[in-house]
Amino acid sequence: MATEVHSLQELRRSASLATKVFVQRDYSDGTTCQFQTKFPPELESRIERQLFEETVKTLNGFYAEAEKIGGSSYLEGCLACATAYFIFLCMETHYEKVLKKISKYIQEQNEKIYAPRGLLLTDPLERGMRVIEISIYEDRCSSGSSSSGSSSSSSGGGGGGAGGR
Amino acid sequence: MTPGGGSGPMKDCEYSQISTHSSSSPMESPHKKKKSAPKRKWEVFPGRNKFFCNGRIMMARQTGVFYLTLVLILVTSGLFFAFDCPYLSEKITPAIPAIGGILFFFVMGTLLRTSFSDPGVLPRATPDEAADLERQIDIANGSSSGGYRPPPRTKEVIINGQTVKLKYCFTCKIFRPPRASHCSLCDNCVERFDHHCPWVGNCVGKRNYRFFYMFILSLSFLTVFIFAFVITHVILRSQQTGFLNALKDSPASVLEAVVCFFSVWSIVGLSGFHTYLISSNQTTNEDIKGSWSNKRGKENYNPYSYGNIFTNCCAALCGPLSPSLIDRRGFIQPDTAQLAGPSNGITMYGATQSQSNMAAATPLLQSEPSITSEELPLPGKTSISGPCATLTLGQPTPPSSMPNLTSDTGLTDMIPLKEEHEGHQFLTPEEAPSPPGMLPSGSPITHSHTMHVLSLASQDSLHEDSVRGLVKLSSV
Repeated sequence: MATEVHSLQELRRSASLATKVFVQRDYSDGTTCQFQTKFPPELESRIERQLFEETVKTLNGFYAEAEKIGGSSYLEGCLACATAYFIFLCMETHYEKVLKKISKYIQEQNEKIYAPRGLLLTDPLERGMRVIEISIYEDRCSSGSSSSGSSSSSSGGGGGGAGGR
Repeated sequence: MTPGGGSGPMKDCEYSQISTHSSSSPMESPHKKKKSAPKRKWEVFPGRNKFFCNGRIMMARQTGVFYLTLVLILVTSGLFFAFDCPYLSEKITPAIPAIGGILFFFVMGTLLRTSFSDPGVLPRATPDEAADLERQIDIANGSSSGGYRPPPRTKEVIINGQTVKLKYCFTCKIFRPPRASHCSLCDNCVERFDHHCPWVGNCVGKRNYRFFYMFILSLSFLTVFIFAFVITHVILRSQQTGFLNALKDSPASVLEAVVCFFSVWSIVGLSGFHTYLISSNQTTNEDIKGSWSNKRGKENYNPYSYGNIFTNCCAALCGPLSPSLIDRRGFIQPDTAQLAGPSNGITMYGATQSQSNMAAATPLLQSEPSITSEELPLPGKTSISGPCATLTLGQPTPPSSMPNLTSDTGLTDMIPLKEEHEGHQFLTPEEAPSPPGMLPSGSPITHSHTMHVLSLASQDSLHEDSVRGLVKLSSV
């Protein structure tokens, strides 16, 4: 049997979106943007706990860096104030720069870790910084949930497994 | 047993690394040729806002008072520069119009920034998010038995040792972050909501608070400056030609003096008040409610304050500026995948998913039109929004600071409407926005109950306290 190679786009078309898991915000530190590192039970069988926690901790670190109140942010703020905030028309703020870094990081994580496991992270910026949305895909080529699916997967999977190496 | 069975069926298929750009970037949408031009998100924004310049400018719906503010500032400053400055620059120093010019430039810059920028609007929840939240709330409450609405939804968080209650917003279908509040005039949840200011024609929230503060501060300086120099001008002239002749020679000065005199008290007072708020890191909303005042209890303190005035001021004025979360100029992306899982009994949300094929990573706003357009046909809705809107319109104080007012006075208007609404719901479950296909089979009765309950809950423009009041009535 030919190797089944699925691109992420084909995955979305041929795979059915089984469910979405939402990692909520952690407000215990105030209004700063931090996400809960609690491991969602739905991901139990999909991804290692450590990988997930590392992703969330790195994201939390990025957001903390973006919102950090310190020398450089004061400088930026004072400069902006002095120019009646017209400088924002030409300059990118520190926060925006960090957001670009975050988006690259999420993309990289998706490509390396999450997509091979049939998961997809959505940038929290697209969800109003409220949640990290993790979409869980069920691939239609192998089993879904029922027993009939598992029997087909044992035959298809065997072939795929052999051809896949 | 499959060879790679340990980690599930996923490992049997290889996945090539395709750019995941398509999931999060709006760049792809121009390639997907639709029959009509791709719409930008501001065109389908669910809140009551006005947008200009293809989404670059965002204001509240009522902008009349903003134009008045503009006219007052422009006319007064214009008259000052035209009539008083020539005399003063000659007699005293040309630095006067120069400084006046700088102040005027600063005032206009900050005013326009405050009025045109996004105050920190929180986008509404996607249907999937809302369904997930509903499910968690139901689990927390026991089970939704239907029949009567579960108690008001709040979550408690401990921030810096202080217990803060997070309220659930029925319009936006999210738990509001701390310090956020729902503006009933703009129909949006705004982060760090201060107040809705009709003078600037926008809400004042996290993203534009510093612009607002710089505006009122610089306007106080400008007003005092103009007032002082107009008086100087008149005095100097009257030394030469007598008081009445001086007034006849420059009638504009009289107008300016009158405008400035009346403005000075309110503007300088407001600047002082906001200086106090900034130094104690409170919002107008919190101050009016007395959330952190000592009167509530000795244990009550402001968990957001940094402890000293200097840090509080710096954080509010020079802290990092967070980006706009609503992405007004982004393109609406077409959907790619549909959530095919069983709806978890929350038929309302399940319905909207089927209506508009929701996707994993599509921006939430595409769902909004279907939600709002579906809810509009409900008869009682638009008339119910009437009394609330008239109650809160034209008030510069934050709407959420008077929950009791709206719920008390609004209730009497709403009772007859509610009954007709209720009757409608029970008679015609088909008309409600949920096609039969999406419903979990075998529970039509609970369906109509939950729908009734959820429809009551989702009347967008009602303040949530009023909704709670309605429910108390219905359960009696």
